[in-house]
Amino acid sequence: MSRTLSFKLAINEALDLEMRRDPSVILLGEDIVGGSGSPGEMDAWGGVLGVTKGLYGKHGNRLMDTPLSESAYIGAAIGAAACGMRPVAELMFLDFMGVCFDQILNQAAKFRYMFGGKAKTPVVIRAMVGAGFRAAAQHSQMLTPMFTHVPGLKVVCPSNAYDAKGLLIQSIRDDDPVIFCEHKNLYASEADVPAEPYAIPFGEANVVRDGRDVTIVSYGLTVHRALEAAQTLSKRSGIEAEVIDLRTLSPIDWDTVIESVENTGRLVVVDEANPRCSIATDVAAYVAQQAFGALKAAPQMVTAPHTPVPFSPALEDLYIPSADAIAAAVLKTHPQALAA
Amino acid sequence: MSITSPMQTADGALSNNPIPLEKDALLAAYRTMRTIRDFEERLHVEFAKGDIPGFVHLYAGEEACATGIMMHLTDSDRIASTHRGHGHCIAKGVDVEEMMAEIYGKSSGSCRGKGGSMHIADLSKGMMGANGILGAGAPLICGAALAAKCRGDGGVGITFFGDGAANQGTVLESMNLAAVWNLPVIFVLENNGYAEATSVTYATGVDNFLDRAHGFGLPGVSVDGTDFFAVHKAAGELIAKARAGGGPALLECKMVRFYGHFEGDSQTYKAKGENDFNRLNRDCLKIFADRVTAAGIVSDAEIALMDREVANLIDDAVSSAKSAPQPTPQELTSDVYVSY
Ligand SMILES: Cc1ncc(C[n+]2csc(CCOP(=O)(O)OP(=O)(O)O)c2C)c(N)n1
Ligand SMILES: [Mg+2]
Repeated sequence: MSRTLSFKLAINEALDLEMRRDPSVILLGEDIVGGSGSPGEMDAWGGVLGVTKGLYGKHGNRLMDTPLSESAYIGAAIGAAACGMRPVAELMFLDFMGVCFDQILNQAAKFRYMFGGKAKTPVVIRAMVGAGFRAAAQHSQMLTPMFTHVPGLKVVCPSNAYDAKGLLIQSIRDDDPVIFCEHKNLYASEADVPAEPYAIPFGEANVVRDGRDVTIVSYGLTVHRALEAAQTLSKRSGIEAEVIDLRTLSPIDWDTVIESVENTGRLVVVDEANPRCSIATDVAAYVAQQAFGALKAAPQMVTAPHTPVPFSPALEDLYIPSADAIAAAVLKTHPQALAA
Repeated sequence: MSITSPMQTADGALSNNPIPLEKDALLAAYRTMRTIRDFEERLHVEFAKGDIPGFVHLYAGEEACATGIMMHLTDSDRIASTHRGHGHCIAKGVDVEEMMAEIYGKSSGSCRGKGGSMHIADLSKGMMGANGILGAGAPLICGAALAAKCRGDGGVGITFFGDGAANQGTVLESMNLAAVWNLPVIFVLENNGYAEATSVTYATGVDNFLDRAHGFGLPGVSVDGTDFFAVHKAAGELIAKARAGGGPALLECKMVRFYGHFEGDSQTYKAKGENDFNRLNRDCLKIFADRVTAAGIVSDAEIALMDREVANLIDDAVSSAKSAPQPTPQELTSDVYVSY
């Protein structure tokens, strides 16, 4: 059975289903129940934006509110994972990773390799990413490249409710540490989501639009901007863009990207992260190396500027790559269309 | 603001005087508290209209703490604030119109609209920023105190943090650092009983925060944070001691938060009638006004006059913030050392 479900509820459902399936799945985070020890309603919040709301009623003490101590509870989730549990820890905003980075960078990410393959660390760290929420410089960053850079971590960033559910289920079942990035401006977006559990394998990109003239590669919120740009280009310039949603950044599906560029001969990478050492530079470099012969134009990158996220809506609206900027980048790969 | 108070000397000479402050100082204290209250009450109203972007955490109910402490400081003393920072800013002398404009994301704001409510700063006033990262101010203020100590200028640093943020490693590490370096730092724990929706009793292992201070070798004082005079006296003694080289201390202010964690919080974790009870019985402004008028030092008419003046100030701040220009697009990429 499939029905329309929001991104937020799809995540809630994935957590619920996996908790039912596997008693080793536990949830920890700040106010994921919300109301612990307080005189009023328990489960008052269900997470800062209500993503885990209702799960306390179903699973009780398998959800644990934590003190405001990210190093301690993220580290505890990692330690418990190394001892056979499957914790899903919520970090609220990925920006807070700064507080507990050692536990991720030097502990979780390295156990398997450093201990000669003897350890596994099936922890999931869920966190909100991205700008557009007026949440300012310390609650809005797209830090996906930082985690993608680290060997031993898997990095997931879904663009829609269907993928969010399937990828979160896969993340929980996966035996490695997963950084699960939820774009806060996608929570309300809806898609058809089957009620049953299903897992979407890592490293399988999704071709969300077919096209012969240019390949646009993106992930997360900007997939929708890329689709918008593709529609405009089709109408206005007759350019048919193929749009690829990477879905997982580590592992990454190079085959789908290369195959597409070999057909189109042109590449635009759209990344909400800052431009240097980003997913955009990573994909552009790989394509330049592996498919140089197929390229008919220089690869283009559309990213956030090299700045922190500004607060003022007037500035923040200019920060996230827009459909217009993506369309302009596509036209740069088509000099003849620009001239026309 | 810098007001000399007889209580700055720790001799306790005036401690038997029911109103141990000159009239001018009392009026100044009332004005500061009233300004904070009106600023916050007005934000509550404007936020509900949908005019104010982002996360807004109100300090209403907690005014006596910021005011009682800041009256002992000069512009060259430094404070590090929190996400709930408006009260600290106002009491430290940050311009109210600029603050309001910042919260509206306008170019005339304290940070030219780039920071927002959670990042208001004015270094010229010794205000090192509100902060979106819990516990982040504590190490920074150790640095400010270290700088003061190196220069031998008698400056002190005050870091504010909530009962929730008290559990951040950065705060605990900083207490130890301040102790071993004998830094002129006052750690001000603003205990309003809640961290978001979670109760302080749930999240804290000790019954008494002073035990933590003692554990780090710091003296600690706990006061009723709704009693301006209690805060003012305790802070005055601790600050005078720190200035004189007597080292760091913890000051716990027990207080109440009149509104939700942030604007839009339904507050169902609170007890029924809790906010009404607090407004009736634990309103630091009312307690202060009753005390100074009952003692016959300040008249009702003087209070009423100041109320009108402050109301006008806030009106002006809101209307000038609303009509102020948006930041220009160039602001997006200014203030970084390089643009790519
Ligand atoms: C490192 C970090 N973790 C979590 C948060 C989210 N957060 C913001 S305020 C808050 C509660 C703070 O409670 P407390 O310290 O008691 O201050 P209060 O809000 O009561 O003034 C939380 C969890 C954050 N901003 N930074
Ligand atoms: Mg609190």
